Amino acid sequence: MSLSLDLPAPREGVLRRASDVLVRRGRLLTLLLLVPPLLWLGLVYLGSLFVFLAQSVFSIDEFSGTIVREPTTATLLELFRPANLDILLRTVGISAAVTGLCAIIAFPIAYYAARYAGPKVKAAFYLAVMMPLWSSYLVKVYGWKLLLAKEGAIGWFAAKLGLGGALEAWLALPLVGGPSLSVSYTGMVLTFTYLWLPFMILPVQAALERVPPHLIEAAGDLGAAPALVFRTIILPLAMPGVVAGAIFTFSLTLGDYIVPQIIGTSALVLGQAVYTLQGTAGNIPLAAAFSLVPILVMAIFLTLAKRTGAFDAL
Amino acid sequence: MHAHAAPLALPAVRFARVVRHFGAVRAVDGVDLSIAPGEFFAMLGPSGSGKTTCLRLIAGFEQPDDGHIEIFGETVEGLPPYRRAVNTVFQDYALFPHLSVGENVAYGLRVRGVGRAERERLAREALSLVKLAGMETRRPAQLSGGQRQRVALARALVVRPKVLLLDEPLGALDLKLREEMQSELKGLQRALGLTFVFVTHDQSEALSMADRVAVFNEGRIVQVGPPEEVYEQPATRFVARFVGSANVLEAREAQALGGPARPCSLRPEKILLLAPGAPVPEGAAVVDARVTDISYQGPVRRISARTGQGLALTAAVPATAAGVMAGADIRFAVPAGAVRAMEGEQ
Repeated sequence: MSLSLDLPAPREGVLRRASDVLVRRGRLLTLLLLVPPLLWLGLVYLGSLFVFLAQSVFSIDEFSGTIVREPTTATLLELFRPANLDILLRTVGISAAVTGLCAIIAFPIAYYAARYAGPKVKAAFYLAVMMPLWSSYLVKVYGWKLLLAKEGAIGWFAAKLGLGGALEAWLALPLVGGPSLSVSYTGMVLTFTYLWLPFMILPVQAALERVPPHLIEAAGDLGAAPALVFRTIILPLAMPGVVAGAIFTFSLTLGDYIVPQIIGTSALVLGQAVYTLQGTAGNIPLAAAFSLVPILVMAIFLTLAKRTGAFDAL
Repeated sequence: MHAHAAPLALPAVRFARVVRHFGAVRAVDGVDLSIAPGEFFAMLGPSGSGKTTCLRLIAGFEQPDDGHIEIFGETVEGLPPYRRAVNTVFQDYALFPHLSVGENVAYGLRVRGVGRAERERLAREALSLVKLAGMETRRPAQLSGGQRQRVALARALVVRPKVLLLDEPLGALDLKLREEMQSELKGLQRALGLTFVFVTHDQSEALSMADRVAVFNEGRIVQVGPPEEVYEQPATRFVARFVGSANVLEAREAQALGGPARPCSLRPEKILLLAPGAPVPEGAAVVDARVTDISYQGPVRRISARTGQGLALTAAVPATAAGVMAGADIRFAVPAGAVRAMEGEQ
């Protein structure tokens, strides 16, 4: 083969010349790429959200049911009425319980997948974690209603294991108990935990995957026993992932209104309140005020997480 | 293999027929080893030769499949890393990114329950030992490679290990910094009187720093000894080629060059280039050859040449020597005693 082969030059064309311009002017390329998503995110998404939230400074005329378009704090203050405050605290409590439970269940699974699973097992892991997300949400919730029912699989299994008494005792507890699992906060939290678990596992797994194995060895080398290595090295480094997962599980639970309707007590949660207020009641301002709450709660949550150093490893 | 004065007291580290395999690969294949207290010991070898696995066996990150390991007389098989009085400086330093430099250095003390004030004082002391005083509040990400290396060193030294293990400690540093760290490590080791065991694939690093060098190949130690001995008297073909790339001569060729009738090594820098008509040094063997390749390397020029009998020789001659062209006929002189028998070869 001759080294002095004469290659033809690539063919000139409009696209090639356009590339010349974009290569020389990198800014222009960035701008062109960003305009569509920014339009979508800025106008369609955030814009409509703010228009809706802004309704919370209006109020509703008690008699005519029409919206009074004059700024007032009355609607926002209504949130602090005992009945409404109850709804808020209940929802935040359930969300916190779901998030905590998700984190506890997700961590070992994510840890195994990140540090021990080989490529094949890892592929199976992703499939197994994602699969529940592909089936219908309603089917899953009704499935859990059957599992949790008085004559359901969980009760039957508990009885077989001789734990029927323990289940009864749990249901007899105030707050978390109820006539059966399917109409208790316990059942609601279990269902939510099942639904949102993948949203916790995946970010935690991603965070753990980024922890260099050498760091864990180094901590052991310096004298830390495994439990201490976990507390001082692994957990702090995985914390951004846990917080990311918590953002999902927390906000998804805060906004959900279907699970509490199918499973759980007759007491309302935030999502149901918003649903009835903007639907049957037509009280858009109060619905908007309720909708502000998850945003504020998440803001507080993230601030606290930052305070405790959850993002130091980022 | 050369017999060397066995360490008198309890060895700092002792391996007896240690074996470690990964699947079918015998990473460490029956290694015997004895490192004296206070020794600067180098494990030298190409990648995959088992040197790093040996270091990890001492640290406790790996457990032997067979054989016996002692650290200062204490049997350590089955002991996890956190129960061993050895500490490691990792190749990539392995600093904790979420902790400050001070907290990194104090980590081992914190784990041992040393009070805050005391561990901060000790960490400051350790940092000034490695010339990083005042850097306590920085994050590892804010440091240069050389500084990170020093933090890793301080972090390992602050817990007073009996043996300090260094995994390719200078591999990631540039040449200038590497030379600086070499003499600093050596000085530190002498000042502290600690046993240092370090792994490297860089022969010049091993020769310049270590008191003794163990050359690894395919999971075994092929030669142990002081740097001069390993360099001057390579025991096998592998050592001859790997450490300083010597000429390897078969028995017949060695004899022709005035050596013994067995496989021998000949260092390139021992070979002299004779100017035309120059007298032959007393006792030297003379080789006429044709130059096949020349490479300029700063202080020396490496001349590869081939004799009429097909013997290929590489000589390293002072770069100031008169220009020699490829294809030119030259005359080498091999001084008496330059051809050394390889005791590990038949």
